[in-house]
Amino acid sequence: MALKIVKGSIDRMFDKNLQDLVRGIRNHKEDEAKYISTCIDEIKQELKQDNIAVKANAVCKLTYLQMLGYDVSWAAFNIVEVMSSSKFTYKRIGYLAASQCFHESTDVIMLTTNQIRKDLSSPNQYDTGVALTGLSCFVTPDLARDLANDIMTLMSHTKPYIRKKAVLIMYKVFLKYPESLRPAFPRLKEKLEDPDPGVQSAAVNVICELARRNPKNYLSLAPLFFKLMTSSTNNWVLIKIIKLFGALTPLEPRLGKKLIEPLTNLIHSTSAMSLLYECVNTVYIDVNTPPLPSLSLSLCLYLSLPPQLCVQKLRILIEDSDQNLKYLGLLAMSKILKTHPKSVQSHKDLILQCLDDKDESIRLRALDLLYGMVSKKNLMEIVKKLMLHVDKAEGTTYRDELLTKIIDICSQSNYQYITNFEWYISILVELTRLEGTRHGHLIASQMLDVAIRVKAIRGFAVAQMATLLDNAHLLTGNMQRMGICEVLYAAAWICGEFSEHLENPMQTLEAMLRPKVATLPGHIQAVYVQNAAKLFATVLKSQEGNTDSTAAQETSQLMIDRLPLFVQSANLEVQERASCILQLVKYIQKLQQKDVEVAEEVSALFAGELNPVAPKAQKKVPVPEGLDLDSWINEPPSESESEDEQPKAIFAKEEPKHSRPRREEVDEKELAKRREARKQEQANNPFYIKASPSSQKVYQEAPGVEHIPVVQIDLSVPLKVPGLPMSDQYVKLEEERRQKERAEKKKKEKKKRKEKRSGRGKKHDSGPESEEDITPAHQVDIVTEEMPEKSSKHKKKKQKKEKEEKEKKKKKKHHHHHHHSDGGGEEAVQNGTVEEEEPLLTSLKNKSSTYQVVVSVIFENKCDSFLKSMEFNVLDSLNSKLQRPEGSGPHDGLTVPFQLPPGVSNEARFVFTVQSIIMPQKLKGTLTFIVKDSSTHEKLDFKLHFTCTSYLITTPCYSDAFAKLLESGDLKCSSVRLEGVNMPFHHLLARICFHHHFSVVERIDSCASMYSRSIQGHHVCLLVKVTVSIDAKCDEPTLLGNVLDEIKQTFSQC
Amino acid sequence: MIKAILIFNNHGKPRLIRFYQYFAEDMQQQIIRETFHLVSKRDDNVCNFLEGGSLIGGSDYKLIYRHYATLYFVFCVDSSESELGILDLIQVFVETLDKCFENVCELDLIFHMDKVHYILQEVVMGGMVLETNMNEITTQVDVQNRMEKSEGGLSAAPARAVSAVKNMNLPEIPRNINIGDINIKVPSLSPF
Repeated sequence: MALKIVKGSIDRMFDKNLQDLVRGIRNHKEDEAKYISTCIDEIKQELKQDNIAVKANAVCKLTYLQMLGYDVSWAAFNIVEVMSSSKFTYKRIGYLAASQCFHESTDVIMLTTNQIRKDLSSPNQYDTGVALTGLSCFVTPDLARDLANDIMTLMSHTKPYIRKKAVLIMYKVFLKYPESLRPAFPRLKEKLEDPDPGVQSAAVNVICELARRNPKNYLSLAPLFFKLMTSSTNNWVLIKIIKLFGALTPLEPRLGKKLIEPLTNLIHSTSAMSLLYECVNTVYIDVNTPPLPSLSLSLCLYLSLPPQLCVQKLRILIEDSDQNLKYLGLLAMSKILKTHPKSVQSHKDLILQCLDDKDESIRLRALDLLYGMVSKKNLMEIVKKLMLHVDKAEGTTYRDELLTKIIDICSQSNYQYITNFEWYISILVELTRLEGTRHGHLIASQMLDVAIRVKAIRGFAVAQMATLLDNAHLLTGNMQRMGICEVLYAAAWICGEFSEHLENPMQTLEAMLRPKVATLPGHIQAVYVQNAAKLFATVLKSQEGNTDSTAAQETSQLMIDRLPLFVQSANLEVQERASCILQLVKYIQKLQQKDVEVAEEVSALFAGELNPVAPKAQKKVPVPEGLDLDSWINEPPSESESEDEQPKAIFAKEEPKHSRPRREEVDEKELAKRREARKQEQANNPFYIKASPSSQKVYQEAPGVEHIPVVQIDLSVPLKVPGLPMSDQYVKLEEERRQKERAEKKKKEKKKRKEKRSGRGKKHDSGPESEEDITPAHQVDIVTEEMPEKSSKHKKKKQKKEKEEKEKKKKKKHHHHHHHSDGGGEEAVQNGTVEEEEPLLTSLKNKSSTYQVVVSVIFENKCDSFLKSMEFNVLDSLNSKLQRPEGSGPHDGLTVPFQLPPGVSNEARFVFTVQSIIMPQKLKGTLTFIVKDSSTHEKLDFKLHFTCTSYLITTPCYSDAFAKLLESGDLKCSSVRLEGVNMPFHHLLARICFHHHFSVVERIDSCASMYSRSIQGHHVCLLVKVTVSIDAKCDEPTLLGNVLDEIKQTFSQC
Repeated sequence: MIKAILIFNNHGKPRLIRFYQYFAEDMQQQIIRETFHLVSKRDDNVCNFLEGGSLIGGSDYKLIYRHYATLYFVFCVDSSESELGILDLIQVFVETLDKCFENVCELDLIFHMDKVHYILQEVVMGGMVLETNMNEITTQVDVQNRMEKSEGGLSAAPARAVSAVKNMNLPEIPRNINIGDINIKVPSLSPF
């Protein structure tokens, strides 16, 4: 026995300990992952041994690896073993590891209950301490319930070390097992007066956390805390108590007055406190008011100190050179702002000054304060200042924050502070010039909101939006500005809806139908198409009034020429709208040729004014007779289900949650039936792309006109949209307007005075203008609960929809064709002079249900200029997505990590995630790059073709297994004939093997059986005959069809 | 409540992580990366508070950090903690480390992560502040270390000897790599 121990410890000498592991990792900087994986193997060996010392050492090393991001949950059981060691050294290691990696769903936790109970009652206080510390990190509801009593006993342990830990952990127990709060509370309260300051502090800590959730229940403790505040010398306790009183005083105002005295005493007696010293030593010297800046200032609010005074003190803090105090001062200021906005407003200069601070935290705080400080008078000035900051700001997060704040400030309480909406619109337009902002949709919604609600502004807004549309290429030119092109959504809609205000509708119509529009996101294109129709109606109306009828016909022709681009769109919404409108225009053209006046009727389609609807308007709609909204549609679920779901009220009473009606269980048969029905439905649905040979053929024959890449050159000039007025002008104009108003008012007053002069003495001048004096230039439609009177618009639209629906049905087949021909381009698109790309599918890796496809793209520079800043981007489909680094949006491009000198080629790899592999995928993408000499952005469109074949992996299969597979009956059958192939049979087989990743299972004379497997485990079996027909079986018919099509294509090419 | 305590160096390498709320390992690493990214781009003479960690917390949470020589000490806390109080706590923690390791430097944290954890456990427990008195903390840590030594007794002696030999033969003995000491002697809030 003794020998064994000695031997064990000798063995142990040569095991790596934690220090060795750390040293080893530091020495293997190049192949760290590999080194760690060998270490993990060693650890696994060590964990298998009986010696607890070895195990503890291994667990200690695992704790370190966990910090580096390695999942060590597989060793959970070993951790429990080490926890249960009798030696403190090992126990401590075990509990540490457990606290780092155990959580509620770790299943071995339930094995620990008894061990922990034993440790809690251990005679050694440090065993108990270690157990309590560990438990505080991984306590579960079960553990809390089982151990609550043991812990409660420990709260009166003789050693303060244990008492304070037990008190503290009770909070965690309350959280997990709320029922324990009631019995434990008296003892907890007792601990507030514990002789040991540590225990006292722990009790205060716990009660403060509890009171934060529900202060009302702890009002009764106020006297006790009152006493503590006067007696305690512990900073932590004092801080917590002051915070607690901060939460209690709003509930009991009398408390505030009582607090003044002890607080003042505290302030004068705490010079020894290190905390006080630290916070105050710079500020406090000449200010004999609250020293704990953040805490006591917030307290001042609750006490009856005048806020004006508080703000004065805060100002001193904010002006301090210590950045921390400045920050805290601003933080406290924002609290005062909520209750006493007026008193803060006078410090606008200071806040604006903080906007210039180099520290982002302070700038963000100052921004927060600005929100509450604007008035009609200073809004323009503040926003102007902010706009300057927007220009200066580096870093998109801060700029985005500024943008949202500007919009927040302007739009708050129904644009209360905006007096000139022309100014606001131009601010919004200026904001669209921000590079790389993510808040395009925010700006867009503001534009829409203002244009709809402020009727007087529409003319101006339309003019601005038309210019935006005209310069759309400046917004969309760069891939990085994807976010901002949302603005075009608003611009297109406003121009269409309020087209009667347009000066030159024809020009806008042309702008909306540019081919470049097709590169915008689908939902924006859809709006473009719809509003092009509205514009068309307006244009027709104006043109038909003239005697010359050719102009109107030309307009129709323009629509007919341009719309087919959208009919081919991959986006259903765009496609649908475009084809409806195209048919409509064709019909109109026919009528025009017969000299029929159509303009009236066309514009009747879009007649009626759109009125804003109040958010509560829905309530006013009467419920149709016979409709009972409260009755169940299906059978209500049985009550028993919701009974075991107890309401999880922790400290406050929560309303019991309504259990959701669950779906009824469906039996297997029913499911199968439904599945069958769905399949049937899919088969009849033209929008489900099925692999039919005929459609394959169609796109091979389709003319390739659409696939000629259009290279558009975007000049990267700074985004100054010509012809747009600057918002600054408005500030001046506004000043003038106000001055005029003031002058008029004075005139009036003078008149009055003249009249009254005889009667009365002097009356002093009206002084600085007050808030109410400024009258807004435009009125906002602030919609209250009334329903709009005219809701005719909606009806009209509906009628139109129905009409469109009919036409659509006729066209559906046509669509389908286009859809396919759209996707049928070549794999690599060549751009005359510049370069060529060859996407290759190289490797497949599976990762749970989504699969990763690594695509190697070879970039070859065929021109003789240097290419740089290449950015690779692919329009994701539902099924396949380009993996982008964390934090980048779904439309961001990936930078190609190299530059290309002329004539050089290089390879870059891109990872895609693919969900379903049964259908081939074609992804559209663009490559943008800069040609060095011209320094302009060039663009190259390409398509990536993921064939089904590329998802197949050559897998050998034995003939008997193969036979079994065929017999199993799970496989669906399909066959294909290859026409015009005359090559030796073994060449044919070799070709299939090579190009389509099959392996030959067996070959008998004139036929051969072949096998392959997809990465998702679909079996694909082929029987190839000399007569060049292929019979095939697979468990996924769609996949099979696609693979066969691809095989056929391989042979049609040779 | 304290939600997490992170210590990492100027390059973002974690030296100690302690989450008081469960996150999976890869999420933990992401949080470390994000926090490092936020903290490292700040100058030394700006304030020690930071809002806007997107992964951990939310609007109620704040990062409070201190930068000592090569190490960042970051505490993620909610609004129930006093900002200056936590800054003070970090100072207490670092001073305690300095006492326990005798002039602490980054290497002590690298090679004795477990010991740093044991010290932290005496300061913060389950996300709540347990003890702020430095003497009390060091006393408890010392007692426990003594217990460990006495338990080691005979059986641990050979291991210690081997460990010493290993250290002797290696060209790089940790103490000799001077990454820089943690300068903690200034007990004030002024930037380091």
